[in-house]
Amino acid sequence: MPDKTMIEEANEHMLNIPHSRALGMEFVAQGVDECELLIRYSDHLVGDPDRGVIHGGAITALLDNAAGMVARPPEMPREQAAIATLDLRIDYMGPAKPGLDVHARAHCFKRTTNIAFVRAIAFVTSPDDPIATCTATFMLGTRTTPFIANQTEPT
Amino acid sequence: MKILQSLRDQGRGQDLGAVLAHIPYAEFLGLQVSQQGQEVITVLPFAEHLIGNITLPALHGGAVGAMLEMTAVLQLIYDTECERLPKTIDVSIDYLRSARATTTYGRAIVTRRGRRVANVRVELWQESRDKPVAAGHGHFLLSPLEESAEQPT
Repeated sequence: MPDKTMIEEANEHMLNIPHSRALGMEFVAQGVDECELLIRYSDHLVGDPDRGVIHGGAITALLDNAAGMVARPPEMPREQAAIATLDLRIDYMGPAKPGLDVHARAHCFKRTTNIAFVRAIAFVTSPDDPIATCTATFMLGTRTTPFIANQTEPT
Repeated sequence: MKILQSLRDQGRGQDLGAVLAHIPYAEFLGLQVSQQGQEVITVLPFAEHLIGNITLPALHGGAVGAMLEMTAVLQLIYDTECERLPKTIDVSIDYLRSARATTTYGRAIVTRRGRRVANVRVELWQESRDKPVAAGHGHFLLSPLEESAEQPT
C-alpha cells in the first residue's frame, strides 16, 4: 500500500492548503479510494481547556480533508480537482485523549457521474475504537469546471 | 480550573467573549462574538490560515464546520445554566455556497432543550444573511456537574 512518491506528492499538496498546514496535517497512507491522514496533538488545537481535549472543529477539518481527498476520482488530476462538499455529518464517540495524535481514515465507497459518497473515521489508538465517524457527499465537478466521468449511469 | 463554572461564579457566564478567550482553538481560528441584546452572533474575520482552496479562494470546510459547532455551543452556554462546556454528540453540515475570503457570521437557535440533550440549528453567512454559506444542526450533551466521567467528547 505505501507508495513513497505518491505520499510525498500528497503531502506537498496538503502543505499548499493553508488551513491544513496550520493544523499540521500529515498524509500517512494511500490505498485504492482510501487514505489516512493525521494531526499531531498540539496546545492550540484544544477545545476544552478543562480536559485538554482537541476541539471537534479540528477533527471536522481532518475528516473533511481526508474525505475530500478520496472523493476525487483517480482520473481527475489533483491540480484541477473541482470538488465541492455537499454535506458532512460527524458523530462523536468520545474525546481525543490529550497528548495523542488523531488519525483519520477515509474510504470512497461509491461514485456516480456527479456524486462521491465517502465514509471516514477518526481514532487515536486503534481504528477499532473510533473517536468520531463521518459520512460525507461530494459534488464532482463544479459549474465552472464540469467533470465528465467515464461512467454511464445516471444521477 | 473549570473555566465556565468559574466565569458563572463571577457572574460572567453570559460573557461569551470571555468564554472564547479560554478556548485555544477559538483563538487559533480568530473567532469573535458580538452580543446585541439577546442576539448572539459569531464573527470569523478572514485570515490566510483558514483557506482550504487557494484557487477560488475559499475557506476550508473544516474551518466552516468548526465555526458552526462553536456558534451552537456558545448559544447553548448563553441559553442554559450549564457549568461545563456542552459536548458535541453529532453535527450535520450542509455546505450551500463556497465561503469566500471575507468575514463570516453565524447565528444559532436552540430548537429543543432537554434535560441532558439539546438540539441546535445554525446558519452561517457572509455578505448577506439570506444567502447562507452553510447551514447545520447538531445534538449536544448538557452534562450536569457530577456525571461527566465517561461521556462523549
